[in-house]
Amino acid sequence: MTPTYYLLLSALLFSIGAVGVLVRRNAIVVFMCVELMLNAVNLSLVTFARINGSLDGQVMAFFVMVVAAAEVVVGLAIIMSIFRTRRSASVDDSNLLKY
Amino acid sequence: MNLLVAQAQQIEAPEIDYGAIAPVLIVLGAACISVLLEALLPKHQRWAVQLVLSLLTLVGATGALILYATSERRPAQGVATLAGAIAVDSPSLFLWATLLVLAFGSVLLIADRSVEPGGVFVAQAAIRPGTVQDRAQATKTGMQTEVFPLTLFALGGMMTFVASNDLLTMFIALEVLSLPLYLLCGLARRRRLLSQEAAVKYFLLGAFASAFFLYGVALLYGYAGSVKLSSIAAAAAGTDRSDTLLFAGFGLLVVGLLFKAAVGPFHAWTPDVYQGAPTPVTAFMAACTKVAAFGGILRVLTVAFENTQWEWRGVLYGVAVVSMVIGAVLGLTQTDVKRMIAYSSVAHAGFLLIGSIALVPNGTGVSATMFYLLAYGFTTIAAFGIVSLVRNSDGEATHLSQWAGLAKRSPIVAGVFTFLLLALAGIPLTSGFIGKFVVFSAAIEAGLTPLVVIALVASAVAAFFYLRVIVLMYFSDPAPDGPTVSVPGAFTTIAITLGAVVTLVLGLWPTFVLDWAGTGTFLS
Repeated sequence: MTPTYYLLLSALLFSIGAVGVLVRRNAIVVFMCVELMLNAVNLSLVTFARINGSLDGQVMAFFVMVVAAAEVVVGLAIIMSIFRTRRSASVDDSNLLKY
Repeated sequence: MNLLVAQAQQIEAPEIDYGAIAPVLIVLGAACISVLLEALLPKHQRWAVQLVLSLLTLVGATGALILYATSERRPAQGVATLAGAIAVDSPSLFLWATLLVLAFGSVLLIADRSVEPGGVFVAQAAIRPGTVQDRAQATKTGMQTEVFPLTLFALGGMMTFVASNDLLTMFIALEVLSLPLYLLCGLARRRRLLSQEAAVKYFLLGAFASAFFLYGVALLYGYAGSVKLSSIAAAAAGTDRSDTLLFAGFGLLVVGLLFKAAVGPFHAWTPDVYQGAPTPVTAFMAACTKVAAFGGILRVLTVAFENTQWEWRGVLYGVAVVSMVIGAVLGLTQTDVKRMIAYSSVAHAGFLLIGSIALVPNGTGVSATMFYLLAYGFTTIAAFGIVSLVRNSDGEATHLSQWAGLAKRSPIVAGVFTFLLLALAGIPLTSGFIGKFVVFSAAIEAGLTPLVVIALVASAVAAFFYLRVIVLMYFSDPAPDGPTVSVPGAFTTIAITLGAVVTLVLGLWPTFVLDWAGTGTFLS
């Protein structure tokens, strides 16, 4: 089994996440798609660590997990506050700022 | 498993040059203390204590920076510490000093309670807008003092970002600077719906962009086998490795960086967030984030990708053109003064990108861009300070029609704002002119003359919308129900004066700052 397949899988997951951010309307789902992108990156980091024969990539994956966790805290706080105000988490409803 | 054991035996504690990184340690340490104070102090004491702590921190960090920068034992080419993660060289020190002084001005604006009774931040962010409790808290004088630790954390992240010597450190610093800013955007006392909306937009787009940055890091790690900037440069210098990984990684990385710097086609968040965020936070973002993002871009392009510049220069060339055109043309159509300055910042980001891609061997591109950043930061902080003064019963009066005839109501405020707009337009005798001059001459030296011509046209178009505001303030009659100009307290006055004086002084005697910016290049 060559590691290249994992890179392709990671690219696929990253693309699914990116498309999801662009097409989904619920802020929570958009945010989950961003998390999917971060985890796709983790997969390629670990695969590259295997290909390069060094542990750096695996250590980086831990850093990414910690950052993703911190991002969840901040992101859910912000989405919660706007949900309580508007009774909706749809990104289409937030349309006061334009032009 | 064997690999793991073999590597574990090699690990030894890296050497840490505490003197060199003292400014960052002071800022981040004080941010932690500030969080503790938030938990331990009674509510009525927090504002005063937090403000004193923040200002002392900034002064202390600047002192540590000056001590280190002038010390005898500092190697001239800079030093890489923390196992090569942080590079403290001349550009790092220059950008740190710029960030610290700009943050000083921003903290003063953030802390001000004279213009808006109780400060521009909400007393309790958890209360739902529009409810009875929310109307009650609008009259309360307290504010969420968490803004001080958040500002310090963001500043610590920015300082790490401009000095980070590998891409992983850069990613962590990017998040440390961004996450507090997302929160700060959503804490306005007035117009809370706009503020919360700005926070959501900034957060979702920011997280999206940092995912791109991170994928770029992963691909470059796959390419070079290391995320150190110097290893990437070494790997790119004549190997038979796959160029796909290198350029795909470079592209994704740069998208993340350009997003933070609000450049060109990646600017979509800028006007909304600048308009919706509380004005002092907008000032902090516009000045300090710009410095940090372009500091990072300069370091990445110079240290890691200088060898391959002929492959990527055309792309960033195009991005710079798009950014200047978008900023100048869309700025013309704006009716809100904060949005107008936001589009002006997009145009300025294009000018800064010209300086960043002018990689001439003697480093004038880097020093010119850093000078421009410093000049632009001070002008912007003062401009947003003025914006916060023009108010009506509903809070800030940011619609341009409300600014008509402002010179008749308050000649001083209108005069200072005129001066700052002229500096943004790049009229001689202001720092904006010198900044544009040095950046454009570096670009011509690097053979980017067509780009400079486009930039000059874009500056001329942008000058139109600055001058339109000046004409509006001086030659229109004030509306009968127009806004009043608040008399600022000491904090806002100091911040505006600092910005305006630096803008003037650098317009008249720029040499000493230019010399200082040109003292050295990036450690590679």
